[in-house]
Parts: sequence; C-alpha cells; structure tokens
Amino acid sequence: MTAAPALSVQGLGFSYGAKRALDGVGFDLAPGAFCALLGPNGAGKSTLFSLMTRLFTTPEGRIEVMGHDLSRAPNAALATMGVVFQQTTLDPDLSVRRNLAYFAALHGIAGRDREHRIDAVLDRLAMRARGHERARDLNGGHKRRVEIARALLHDPRVLLLDEATVGLDAATRADITAHVHTLAAERGITVLWATHLTDEVLPEDRLLVLHQGRILADTTAAAFAPQGPLRDVFLDLTDGTQHGAI
Amino acid sequence: MAPFDPRAARIALVAIVTREALRFVHQRERFLAALVRPLVWLVVFAAGFRAALGLSIIPPYQTYITYETYIVPGLCGMILLFNGMQSSLSLVYDRETGAMRLLLTSPLPRWWLLTCKILASTLISMLQALVFLAIAAAFGVRVGWTGYIAVLPALLVAGLMLGGLGLALSSLIKQLENFAGVMNFVIFPMFFLSSALYPLWKMAESSQILYVICATNPFTYAVELIRFALYGQFNLPALLVTLGAAAGFMGLALWGYDPARGMIRRKG
Repeated sequence: MTAAPALSVQGLGFSYGAKRALDGVGFDLAPGAFCALLGPNGAGKSTLFSLMTRLFTTPEGRIEVMGHDLSRAPNAALATMGVVFQQTTLDPDLSVRRNLAYFAALHGIAGRDREHRIDAVLDRLAMRARGHERARDLNGGHKRRVEIARALLHDPRVLLLDEATVGLDAATRADITAHVHTLAAERGITVLWATHLTDEVLPEDRLLVLHQGRILADTTAAAFAPQGPLRDVFLDLTDGTQHGAI
Repeated sequence: MAPFDPRAARIALVAIVTREALRFVHQRERFLAALVRPLVWLVVFAAGFRAALGLSIIPPYQTYITYETYIVPGLCGMILLFNGMQSSLSLVYDRETGAMRLLLTSPLPRWWLLTCKILASTLISMLQALVFLAIAAAFGVRVGWTGYIAVLPALLVAGLMLGGLGLALSSLIKQLENFAGVMNFVIFPMFFLSSALYPLWKMAESSQILYVICATNPFTYAVELIRFALYGQFNLPALLVTLGAAAGFMGLALWGYDPARGMIRRKG
C-alpha cells in the first residue's frame, strides 16, 4: 500500500488580475521525499509558496498537508509545516535566542521544552555561544542556517524553502543545500526546495520544473538531464528565460 | 493543534507583547518623540491659548478649569492616536521585511494573531500615556488617585480602537512611502476635528458643520471616555461608541488581512 502523501497539491490555479500566475499545478510528495522546485524568476514559485502557507487563498484547487486540508483545517495543516521564506524574517534587533523563542511561542511551545529545543538547535549549528548576539550581527549564511533551524523547532513533517539561498555566495549555498539534504535524511521530513539555480539540485532529487505557472516536468534530476548538464536542458525547456542561472 | 488552543493562544500573546515591548526598548527615540509631542502642546500651546480660550463649566468638571487641565485627556488621546498609527507603520514595515509572513503562517487563527498585535501596541501606548500623566502632574495638572486607576480601562478601550484603526490602515497601505498620506488624511483630521483641544460647544459656535463632524468622530468619544475616567466618572455613550468603533476597525482589519484578499500578495 502506498503511503498517503505528506504534501498534496491538486489543480491549483491563481491569477493576479488578468495575469495567470499558476495554472493547474499539481503534485504529490511522499513522506521523507526531497523535491526541488526549479523555475526561472517569475515562474510562479513564490505564488505557489504563498498559497501553500495560506498567506493567500484561491478557490481553484486543493492543498493538503499531512492529510489536513489547508482551506478547511488551516491551523492543523500549518502546525505540521516549517517554512523558510525568500526574505529573511529574523528580527534584526533581537538576539538569536529571542528570535527562536518568539517563533517557538507562535507554535505554542514554551517553558523548559522551548529552552531545550533552542539549545539543541544552537548546538547543532555550533552557535550556542552566539545565541545572545543580535540577528543583524550574523552573516548571511548564519542567518539562513538559523532560519532553517527555526523552521524545524516545532518538528514539522514538511519543510518548505522558497529560494532559501538567495543572495549568498556559491560556497555558502552549497553548504546550506547539503545541510538541508542531511537534515531531511536524518529526520525523514518532506522537503520542497524552490530555486532558480540548477546547481542546487542533486541528481537523485525529485525535480519539478515550473514555468509560466505550469509544471513542465515531474521526474528526477538525473532522468531530466541524462545526457548533459541540467542547466542546458532546463534553459531549453524554459526558452532560455533563466536569469541568473549558474 | 486544535482550531483554537487557549494555552497556545496565551503563549503567542505573551510572545507578541514581549516582542513589541523589546522593540520599544530598542527604539527609545520613539518613546521620547511620543512624549515630546503632547508636552509641547501642554507647555507651549496651552500657555498661548489659555488667555484666548475661556472655558465654561462642562461635565465632568465642576468648576472653571485652566486650558492645560482641559487638554490633558486629549493629549493622552493624541499619544494613543499617534502610537496606533506608528504601529500601523511598523506593520507595513513588518510586511515589507517579511516578519508579518512569519506571524501569519503560525498555526493560530488570524483574528487572534491580529488581536495580539493590537493589544501589544495598546499596552505600549498606555505606558506612554501614564508617563505623560505623571509629567503633567509635575506641571500642576493633577487628578485624584481614583482617576489614575479609572483611566486605565479607558486608555485600554481607546487604545484598542486606535490600534484597530492602525491595523486596518496597514492592510490598505501598499507601501511604506504611502504612509505620509495617513498623516495628512487620518491623524490630523481625526485629532483636530475632535474634542481633544476645544470643547464641542466652542466648535458649534464657529461652525455647525464642523461641530457635526467632531460629534461623529469616534476619536472625540475616546477622548471623552478618558476625560470622564480621569475624574472618576463613567461616560456610557463614549464607551459604547468607542467599543463599537473598535469592533468596526477590527472587522475592517480582519477583512484587510483575509487570505482570500491576498493582502500580502507578491508576484512570484
């Protein structure tokens, strides 16, 4: 028997006025799957993330997270989900610890449990000693790592990352990509990693290619580009509209 | 998590209030600016207007009062009004920096999260108003101890109304740059077209139209609620209008932040 999908998106459509941003987007992610959502800028990735995190809603289509319908049981669905947004959402004036504590509290975690979780997160990042530093004093890579760790504080079963490496140098990006792969493997959580950078996709990753609001390919990265570099096949498929691809 | 878990809701409330308080501590200039504005009115303008404006005996006052005494409740309202708009500005900033996304994607009902934000900014405003009242007392404008206690719920209700207005406005403002318009089209008319600086009968003598506008301005009722409370009296109409306006503004804010409207839409 096939396990129920951890994340199920079916027939999703969305428009900004007359502009169609998403059209019939659908996919299922099995528990523990790591999936790269690859699309050029403007493909509709952030719109898809906004719908999956219920920042806005649409009457077209259906989203389920761990069996919870996002439109009918949004709180239950959001409780099982961790999100890393494209923009950093750390409060720059608060310490790392306070940023983590704030997020934990928004998920109903308090007291000793919260402190234990924060300690564990900081230990994993080797940042226990820097927990009292203000977020603004961290470099871009550390900020991102803290945000990823923060998104996992409440033990979500699904982790969504929207261009989580934007603005970082290549070495830091590679480091963070490997970090998330390791976390996903260790914890068995489902990861949807949105990016427009082909070098962040590993050959064994499940790959969804999103272009002009539609899913153009749903396969593994190795099967998508068996002969040559992923980048070339991706550029061919998306009419070479990949800006800033590496 | 259940649709509404009271324990989780309480933990979130404490966290949001604490965050707002810490932000306030980090922005000491904001605290000073919020105090300087009403103090300039109290110390400078009131001295000038005292001779020009004769005040007859009107409730809740039982004798002739100085102009400084009259405007202190209005200046408390001014603090709440400016802070409500300041919180609106910070909400727009939160939206632009992404902090709002973090809040709105937490597994709690959106109405509760927005209520927490309003409550947090209201508590900060109340603190500032109390500090202002202490300074006003140092300048000779004092009320009884019962007044200082009775004014707390009045400040809370008025703060919730103005915080709700700020939240509603933040959902309508697309960009930080548009905030200057709020100053011109919301704060100034709301403040000057109220009973904060002059009693309504004075306005009625000058212009009946302006009097009607002042008498329908919910800020007038918030100021009167504070004024009566400071003298240990209860003004039911003021309370009802202020509560009604608070509910209306909160409803507008909920509509503005409704995910079906996609207030935080960004093309992706």
